Amino acid sequence: MKAAAFKYLRAENLDNAFDAFAEYGDEALILAGGQSLMPTINLRLAQPAVLVDINHISGLSGIEQSGEKIQIGATTRHFELANSELVASKLPLIASAIKHVAHRGVRNRGTFGGSLVHADPAAEMPACAVALGATLVLESRAGERRISASDFFLGVMSTDRRPDEILTSIELSADGPGDVWAFRELSRRHGDFAMVGVTAKARRASERLEDLRLVVFGCEECPQISAVAASLAASGQEPVAIAQAVAEELNPMTDLTGDAETKRFQARSLIEQSLGDLLEGRADG
Amino acid sequence: MVETVSIRLTVNGAEVSKEVEPRQHLTDFLRNELGLTGSHIGCEHGVCGACSVRVDGRVVRGCLMLATQADGAAVETIEGIVESSEAADLAEAFIGRNALQCGFCTPGMMLTAAELLAEGKPLDRAGIRQELSGNICRCTGYQAIVDAVESVLVKKTGEV
Repeated sequence: MKAAAFKYLRAENLDNAFDAFAEYGDEALILAGGQSLMPTINLRLAQPAVLVDINHISGLSGIEQSGEKIQIGATTRHFELANSELVASKLPLIASAIKHVAHRGVRNRGTFGGSLVHADPAAEMPACAVALGATLVLESRAGERRISASDFFLGVMSTDRRPDEILTSIELSADGPGDVWAFRELSRRHGDFAMVGVTAKARRASERLEDLRLVVFGCEECPQISAVAASLAASGQEPVAIAQAVAEELNPMTDLTGDAETKRFQARSLIEQSLGDLLEGRADG
Repeated sequence: MVETVSIRLTVNGAEVSKEVEPRQHLTDFLRNELGLTGSHIGCEHGVCGACSVRVDGRVVRGCLMLATQADGAAVETIEGIVESSEAADLAEAFIGRNALQCGFCTPGMMLTAAELLAEGKPLDRAGIRQELSGNICRCTGYQAIVDAVESVLVKKTGEV
């Protein structure tokens, strides 16, 4: 289908975008990579009056290290993450997960920040951001606001972003010694949205997983850390028992990829495999 | 009166200046305003890959990018890529392996394949299938397409 008419504004800087928010309020939508927004506009599920294109705002794109932190600009495209040596060495979980994000043509255009703000429950990057304890930096006329990824996601395609804010960058901690991670996803076809996926980060010490941050995605309304997984892992429980306990307390949504009980079953299996990956230090799921 | 935006870009190396409606996507612009009908319109929501074009050196979904967003960009379509003989090996392999029947997916398939060939990384058949997973073909069952891409990749990288 063809999009309904809208007005297009190319923001050259943040001020241009803030002006548009002030003038059009929630009639204005931010256009970053457009790989989720444009389909909804073409299908006329969204009919914004104004699109504010933020692709040309300088300083919103790029990957930089400062100390133990890696800063990723919100409009950094998925292929840039996939090709980045810094990401490969310091954020190997992202490097692995990014291969599951849609297809080549979509990764060439879609942005990291856009994926987070879109907050699709089955998307990979929001789950990774939560597992990695990312901090999101949002800017508005009122200034800068920092929020942890685990507080940012509120529900299906719903986040804590206020209508006058732009997500400008994402801050992540570089992998350190003893850090282990896992990423596993089930999908009908490579690059499709996950039926269910699991991602996790932990520190491995004497055959135990400390500070386990395990997230199941494509399952519940939004990605969140499993507290049960963390406490059972810290007490040295076996993966099979942890997976059982986490799966039992999941609240899966039935969607086109499967019903709730199917997803619970698939999640349990992926959690067990992921915990095995963490304990054995296997890199790629 | 429909509001329009002026854009200047290059398409297959030639400069183009046009007035476009903001809502017009890039592939509609190329087809309807410039008569470049090699990029096809399939699903118009980013799933099928038939509309693929190259923007500033990378393959994108032409239906998910607005023509106005291509202002200042270098756009290449299958017409330009075939004319430049960049994809001559690939085209020959597609014909040789019967990697197309109706041809609707072929331009997008070739653009995607050309990008992965240009990267020059050795890939097995499963890897090629993954790379092409964003381009849907309803005729061939993909086998012949993978054959064609594999044959060019092997020639290029010297690895099987």
